[in-house]
Amino acid sequence: MAQYPRYFTLWQKLGLTGVKLTAWLVLLFLILPILVIIPLSFNAEPYFTFTEGMLALNPEAYSLKWYREILADDKWLLAIQNSFYIGFMATIIATVLGTTAAIGLSNSQMPFQRMIMALLLSPMIVPLIITAAGMFFFYTQLDIAGSYIGVILAHAALGTPFVVITVNAALAGFDYSLIRASLGMGAKPVYTFFKVIMPLIRPGVISGALFAFVTSFDEVIVVLFLAGPEQRTIPRQMFSGLREEINPTILAVATLLVLISALLLLTMEYLRARGEKIRAGTN
Amino acid sequence: MSNPELTPDEVKQADRNRRRKKLMAIAFVAPLLLFIFVTFVAPIGTMLYRSFYHPTVSELIPETLDQLDQWEEGSSDLPPDQALNTFAVELQALAKERLSGKLAEEINRALPGASSLIKSTARKMRRAETETLRTEGAQLLLDAHPKWKQLDVWRAMKSSGAVLKDDFYLTALDLERTPEGEVVQRDTQIYLQLYWKSLKIAFYITALTALIGFPLAWYLANAPSRVANTLMIFVLLPFWTSLLVRTTAWIALLQTNGVINSTLMSLFIINEPLEMLYTQFATVIAMTHILLPFMILPLYSVMKGIDPSYFRAALSLGAKPIPAFIRIYMPMTVPGLSAGALLVFIISIGYYITPALVGGTEGQMISNIIAFHMQSSNNWELAAALGSLLLLLITVLYWLYDRLVGISNLKLG
Repeated sequence: MAQYPRYFTLWQKLGLTGVKLTAWLVLLFLILPILVIIPLSFNAEPYFTFTEGMLALNPEAYSLKWYREILADDKWLLAIQNSFYIGFMATIIATVLGTTAAIGLSNSQMPFQRMIMALLLSPMIVPLIITAAGMFFFYTQLDIAGSYIGVILAHAALGTPFVVITVNAALAGFDYSLIRASLGMGAKPVYTFFKVIMPLIRPGVISGALFAFVTSFDEVIVVLFLAGPEQRTIPRQMFSGLREEINPTILAVATLLVLISALLLLTMEYLRARGEKIRAGTN
Repeated sequence: MSNPELTPDEVKQADRNRRRKKLMAIAFVAPLLLFIFVTFVAPIGTMLYRSFYHPTVSELIPETLDQLDQWEEGSSDLPPDQALNTFAVELQALAKERLSGKLAEEINRALPGASSLIKSTARKMRRAETETLRTEGAQLLLDAHPKWKQLDVWRAMKSSGAVLKDDFYLTALDLERTPEGEVVQRDTQIYLQLYWKSLKIAFYITALTALIGFPLAWYLANAPSRVANTLMIFVLLPFWTSLLVRTTAWIALLQTNGVINSTLMSLFIINEPLEMLYTQFATVIAMTHILLPFMILPLYSVMKGIDPSYFRAALSLGAKPIPAFIRIYMPMTVPGLSAGALLVFIISIGYYITPALVGGTEGQMISNIIAFHMQSSNNWELAAALGSLLLLLITVLYWLYDRLVGISNLKLG
């Protein structure tokens, strides 16, 4: 550890090394539980733990059987289809409504700005069990409990705060004279929106949409209360699997989900880099 | 405000412009506002309403309750025979429709023991002629069971029949109403203890995330940016990974014959597997893992903005590193620390999934009992009352967060 300043005493160097070591241990604590499930999902035996054969790296102790099981199980296939369908629909609604609202909220003439912002972000803060219970009562009265439309509307509501936040952040560095310039040169408002505003806030909109999708894709409690057997999603299926009979199919699904989140993470990082570039004006 | 350099026409024009901008802004926000009202605010309102609105009994025995209205609860006489006759007829109707059990369950909440009384009487009434009940129901009722002569039973019937009531809040706060109408504490405390336990668990989790998040955030904020960006993936990947995946991972780790136990046993550190899954420990450790990014991200972004020259200045002015760290550096991290801590506390207090899957009975939190009353015991009103109290708590914390951090400063990822 040569990079410490020379005036540091031995104890100070030891202390700093201790902090670094702690930081690395915490990193391991964060990542190891997630990495551990990946090899376990290739277990040939129906256990949640490493068998002796796996530790000896015996190829026969590994198998793809749990992945085949997913493909053979109608329930899992339906759940996968539902998760993508519901997530996709909820994302569209949340993104359109959230983006327009964020644009309105960023206007300095907007009355009750702070209060409305707090209200619009509250679906993110209120415990899901309360939201789910309330929706169960209310959606049953509207007769949309146990239907796709009910779950989609619920998930759209849960996703909007993320879109509002990310688009709001993208608008923070937005130069409003561009709108005036565009309108002043005779462009129609709709044209201005799509050709001037949109390209500049696009990274914010897309990352908000990704957040909204993940929120829906990961949500269990509202689905638990609101969805019928037809609308079971992946997390819902995992939840009942973990409660009833634990078998490594869940680990195989979990591994696939980790892959999806890694992809999402890469997309987000790419968008963030782009957003910074746009704000710096180098694009 | 009048500006002497502007003509009245220009002022009018500016006002018009401003009003147009305002209307534009409102038009942009209105659709989402409306959407959130219908899909989110109205459901929560319904839940609040359900916590004191309870029409079940009044739907089961409407006519009896009408007649009991004339009867004073404090009086020392039984309700008039007419009311008893009506009740006998309605009880028979319920018994025939297999609804008397529902009534028994409801009245039993107000008067323990009333359930068997109503069920056994309902069976007897079922055999009687409806016409006889209309005129002699009262006598048959009193013959069926001596308890019908007790005033308590009729008081319980009348109080259960009220459509709007605060009983569920009393239960949720471990209070009860004596037959005389006084509010007293219950002998056994269930829900207050559960609220207390949830607060405690949330506090442990917040403290743990702060304790282990702080060194990591500091390391990331002070590492060369290439290293920091790479290591950030370790923080962000869990953040983006499904909550159920992470909970599954903890089940695999903590099980009796899970990864941790088998590792420790093969290293001969322990002989017997430790019972870690389905305990409060499991809830705390799994939720600490899940919520750690919410602590690290705000801490990191605040630490990133702290100018290292303050700390160096303190050192060169002769301060020892540790006091300088505590008195110069730490106070500057408070905004990040308080933002992270409040966020983790708010999220963990209402957590449901992880405690439900890894917590066993001792690791359950308030959300789990709400779900239990929604799904298993079907006591929706009590669930709504417990939820409303939780909502109140969250609203206070949310308000605090908005005050201290500003809700629009919330950063994601």
